[in-house]
Amino acid sequence: MTVILNQSFTGISIGAVLLLIALGLTLTFGQMGVINMAHGEFIMAGAYTTYVLQKSISDAGLSLLVALPVAFVVAGTMGALLEWLLIRRLYTRPLDTLLVTWGVSLMLQQLARDVFGAPNVQTHAPDLLTGNISLGGGVTFANSRLFILGLALLSVLALTLILRLTPLGRRIRAVVQNRDLAEVSGIATGQVDRVTFFIGSGLAGVAGVALTLVGPIGPTMGTNYIVDAFLVVVVGGIGQLKGSVITAFALGVLQSVLEYSTTVSVAKVVVLVAIVAFLQWRPQGLYTLRTRSLA
Amino acid sequence: MSGISISRRGLLAGISAAGASAALSACGAKTGSETASDSGAKADTSGDTVKVGLLNSLSGTMAISEVTVHNALLLAVKEINAAGGVLGKKLKPISQDGASDWPTFAEKAEALITDDKVAATFGCWTSASRKAVKPVFERYKSPLFYPVQYEGLEQSPYIFYIGATTNQQIVPALDYLKKQGLTKLYLVGSDYVFPRTANKIIKAYAKANGMQVMGEDYAPLGSTEFSTIVNKVKGSGADAVFNTLNGDSNVAFFKEYKSSGMTAKSMPVLSVSIAEEEVKSIGTQYLADQLTAWNYYETTPGAANTKFVAAYQAAYGKDKPTSDPMEAAYISVYLWKEMVEKAGSFDVAKIKAAAGGITLDAPEGKVTVDGTTQHVYKTARIGKVGSDGLITEVWNSGKPIKPDPYLKGYSWASGLS
Repeated sequence: MTVILNQSFTGISIGAVLLLIALGLTLTFGQMGVINMAHGEFIMAGAYTTYVLQKSISDAGLSLLVALPVAFVVAGTMGALLEWLLIRRLYTRPLDTLLVTWGVSLMLQQLARDVFGAPNVQTHAPDLLTGNISLGGGVTFANSRLFILGLALLSVLALTLILRLTPLGRRIRAVVQNRDLAEVSGIATGQVDRVTFFIGSGLAGVAGVALTLVGPIGPTMGTNYIVDAFLVVVVGGIGQLKGSVITAFALGVLQSVLEYSTTVSVAKVVVLVAIVAFLQWRPQGLYTLRTRSLA
Repeated sequence: MSGISISRRGLLAGISAAGASAALSACGAKTGSETASDSGAKADTSGDTVKVGLLNSLSGTMAISEVTVHNALLLAVKEINAAGGVLGKKLKPISQDGASDWPTFAEKAEALITDDKVAATFGCWTSASRKAVKPVFERYKSPLFYPVQYEGLEQSPYIFYIGATTNQQIVPALDYLKKQGLTKLYLVGSDYVFPRTANKIIKAYAKANGMQVMGEDYAPLGSTEFSTIVNKVKGSGADAVFNTLNGDSNVAFFKEYKSSGMTAKSMPVLSVSIAEEEVKSIGTQYLADQLTAWNYYETTPGAANTKFVAAYQAAYGKDKPTSDPMEAAYISVYLWKEMVEKAGSFDVAKIKAAAGGITLDAPEGKVTVDGTTQHVYKTARIGKVGSDGLITEVWNSGKPIKPDPYLKGYSWASGLS
């Protein structure tokens, strides 16, 4: 029973990490169809933001709280710049965005290496987050993981509210469903694209802050997570927030169950095979967007 | 496939050459007959200076560790030159960057031997890089001094192994755990050659010594998701964790370990590839009181070490720690110098013949070269990580341990290869 509870929590917490890193991508890849390979580097930017802030704010808890909005703005600004400089010229050539943003991602990695050095760096987690909540009988939930879970759910909630209830959200949805119709209706689609990119990339920055609680901060940390993020979005159904949420947690639980009964490497292989099989059965993913657009 | 066939060939060559050199040293009159009439590229030792090759990763993922080794090598060369050089000749270090890429290591090794005509080469870190350069040094009959602890089960007539082999690090670590009554082990490692070989040895040891292996898990190199492994460890009923994780993964592992509520008190972790440099980057708060197994720590007592640490920090910065592989690299240059001076020549066959029995008052204590295996007698040390980031010794083997790369002296290891 202890094992089941601990492992379920592990599955949920892996899911929360997956969700957090995939959330921004759901917006930029899912909604806008841009294959942004630099998404991982926006995660890295968020992590390094945390590191830099912690050097000036010695209180670990405070610096983490400050890091969340700052990382959102830093990564979001980088995303908006990338969109404005390069991606907006490539909306009609989605595959080219892959190559271009991959190049950008390599440049950002090298930049990080030049600025922060090749060795990985660490942040200190606030004392509150290094402990755990014990439910007795050996069942423990790590505080840092609970924090990430909360952060992921909060981000989903915020994103949902923006998309459903605000004028901006309505405009984003209109552009996604039918760009031309939105444009003739008077929506400045270019501007909406940039804001969407800002939010999506900013969420990657928030994910970066969360990941400093889990592992090391380094120039290549984004590449460790980018594949998982794409998998979640593709399996969840492109452009579907609901799909991403369900997929992230399902993959997290599947991963943790397999890791427990086999080994980490085997679990990774089996999860990938399961994803391939699933996409054979449902190439469009878990959920599909109904749209009048012909594209 | 080719990798396997090369290493198997290398292995056979190593065994037969070891047999040959044992036979040669047994009847000393014949030692001269091995002189290199069929030798490949010859070292150029005719001038006032003698070139030595330093082969380390100065870029790429291994640079963080190997640059410190490179620094230690340069320090030794500088000191030797200041004291008058070797056989009256100054040393000229030629640095080559292996770039954390094994084929590059082989290429640069060849360039050092054939273009620069170095008398000896010092360096390499990962077993993969050593395996890559091994055939090169054997083909040209040029010596390599390798400074890092490794998984054993190897011998080459042209490699001097200055780091620990398994019976000088892993076996004493297991002895230590057993003596502490920690007999139920959980093995956690990165998924590549060193941890898998090490764990094979640990399992054989456990079987013969009444210890139990409660579980064994590998994570891909660079993996940062350890919650399941930590859960497994926690529920396994183990007394201690034997950790052969390499690099970054240690950070994620120890963060997860701490947040799951486990400590050095409840279940100690003994690591074999975390030294002072890594302790600093992982963070002492995650590692406090955990155990490590090496042959040298910055805190190892002795005049030779005080001098080494002071010289290193004077050259590279007050806050720079020294570590086991750095110390082994540093003494490897001195050991080569002793060999050359005993042989009275830079000739490889002559220094090989002179190597056996050479001793040095090293920072880690007394070391002696074993002429048969071309490994070094080393003192095993178990250390505890302190809150200042340094490691203090809690146990040592008392005297240097004879190297036994194939674990021939242990009956339980007879099935290993």
